Amino acid sequence: MTNRKLTLTPNFGGEGDAFYAELIAAQAGLGDEAAADWLARLTLILCNHIGDREVLREAFALARESQ
Amino acid sequence: MDLPRYPYHQSLEQRSGQPQRRPVVIVGAGPVGLTLALDLARREVPVVVIDDSDRIGEGSRAVCWAKKTLEVFDRLGVGEAVAREGVRWQRGRVFHGEREAYAFDLLPEAHHKMPAMVNLQQDQVEARLVRAVQLDGRIELRGRHELIGLEQDEAGVTLNVRTPDGLFDMRADWVIGCDGARSPTRALLGLNFQGQVFEDRFLIVDVRLAPGARPRGLDPAQPERWFWFDPPFHRGQSVLLHAQANGLWRIDFQLGRDADVEAERDPDRIQARVAAMLGGDGFELVWSSIYQFCCRRAERLRAGRVLLAGDAAHQVSPFGARGANSGVQDADNLGWKLAAVLKGEGRDVLLDTYEFERIEAADDNIAHSTRATDFISPKSNLSLRLRKAALDLAARTEFAKPLVNSGRLSTPTDHVDSPLSTPDVEPWQGGPAAGFSAPDAPLENGWLSEQFGDFLLLCFGWPAPATGVRTIVLPAEGVAAARYGARPGSVHLIRPDAVVAARWHRFDADALQAALARAHGSPP
Repeated sequence: MTNRKLTLTPNFGGEGDAFYAELIAAQAGLGDEAAADWLARLTLILCNHIGDREVLREAFALARESQ
Repeated sequence: MDLPRYPYHQSLEQRSGQPQRRPVVIVGAGPVGLTLALDLARREVPVVVIDDSDRIGEGSRAVCWAKKTLEVFDRLGVGEAVAREGVRWQRGRVFHGEREAYAFDLLPEAHHKMPAMVNLQQDQVEARLVRAVQLDGRIELRGRHELIGLEQDEAGVTLNVRTPDGLFDMRADWVIGCDGARSPTRALLGLNFQGQVFEDRFLIVDVRLAPGARPRGLDPAQPERWFWFDPPFHRGQSVLLHAQANGLWRIDFQLGRDADVEAERDPDRIQARVAAMLGGDGFELVWSSIYQFCCRRAERLRAGRVLLAGDAAHQVSPFGARGANSGVQDADNLGWKLAAVLKGEGRDVLLDTYEFERIEAADDNIAHSTRATDFISPKSNLSLRLRKAALDLAARTEFAKPLVNSGRLSTPTDHVDSPLSTPDVEPWQGGPAAGFSAPDAPLENGWLSEQFGDFLLLCFGWPAPATGVRTIVLPAEGVAAARYGARPGSVHLIRPDAVVAARWHRFDADALQAALARAHGSPP
């Protein structure tokens, strides 16, 4: 992709491990259903925060790819 | 109110076997065909309207009439009655499961003659239109005339029509098919009508509340629109409650894809569904129907001398009230163009711009109504979960409220790319550019929207020495100037269908003539 707007380089100021631990802790203890609802709410909250539809489209496409 | 009829009479041309050539024959006496007939008659074009029935269809069907439609009706003399008889509502509440997710208030904007919308059952609107048509000597409304065949050549169209007295031929310069989703006109033209069929079934019920009944706290004196996602009385589906006139309420139950249609028609079952929703039996069932909908459009709206309008041309889901409203706006777009072509004032290509503009509008309406449908009826578990998230967040945050979609009310589609529009040559601070709908504003006596209907030049501050178009002088400051983004000396050329054709900060006679010619179909 050229002229990509989506940030794909590390963006946590070298604190990637700490971020990941927080992500896991944030939904720890939720059952599968509740965790999936949590993830859906998180998606909407973050999408709105980003706001830029082009960035979001790039993110949606990247997420759609799988190994 | 008794509904008017248009009983069958054998016409002179059928009895004599001598077809009388007509400028325009409209097929279908629904809201679209009747609106078009009234519009053409106002332009001194005589019209024959044929319909296979001799009476107004039963039941409510369309309910919500949007501002643009009311303004069109008003120019045709029925808008004030529809606005007066219709129910105005501005508070909507959205429920999710047991709870209210949020409420909204459509605060009416001041200084418009017509409200953003009124609710009135379709047969009441049609009754008004039929009466206006029957009072107009330039329109002949013929009941029990069924279109059987259609042939056209360069000179005109021959319609083969079946009546109780047998078959006969009519001749017309132009034929407009306003004959609904199963349009015989469209079928006879062999036009494709493709799109998306939605599998969900819906049960639609009109109920009358008993005097004094206030189900779930609903106050009939303060009508509100209530929409439930996944309510406790109808798990896993959606339900809409909307006010109509004369104490009638419309309820729309989503039944899902696997509904047993025959079983759902059982009056006891319907009674039970409504009782569960309204929490008791203080109501009377008036009418019900089960429907399934499609979003689709005819590949073309024009085939030579035959044009399509309304549901014959496009179908949408009911969410957003885009069916009847867009059909009336089709008629509004077509009437002046057809009259101009018949009078030699406009070029034939004007009718191509009808197709261009109304396909643009149909696609816009289909996109909006498909989005609402997809929100109301999620197609996967993850879609359902995201909807649940949106509804959940809507109760707590502002950002999620606009994500909830139970139908976006019909507003006019803009025609920025229309060949009839003259683009801006100067920078403007707001206001509608060419191709956008011309907003209403108060005048000293009456309303600007009452002035539309022919080409009109709005002059802000002082008159412009314009020829070939009626002018109206508006104050250089005030509601109209603000709404149009006008400065002292600004002029706006408005089309007969209340669409801005061109605008300038300074009047220029040559520019006006060029824009007028362009709006009549001349190449720029």
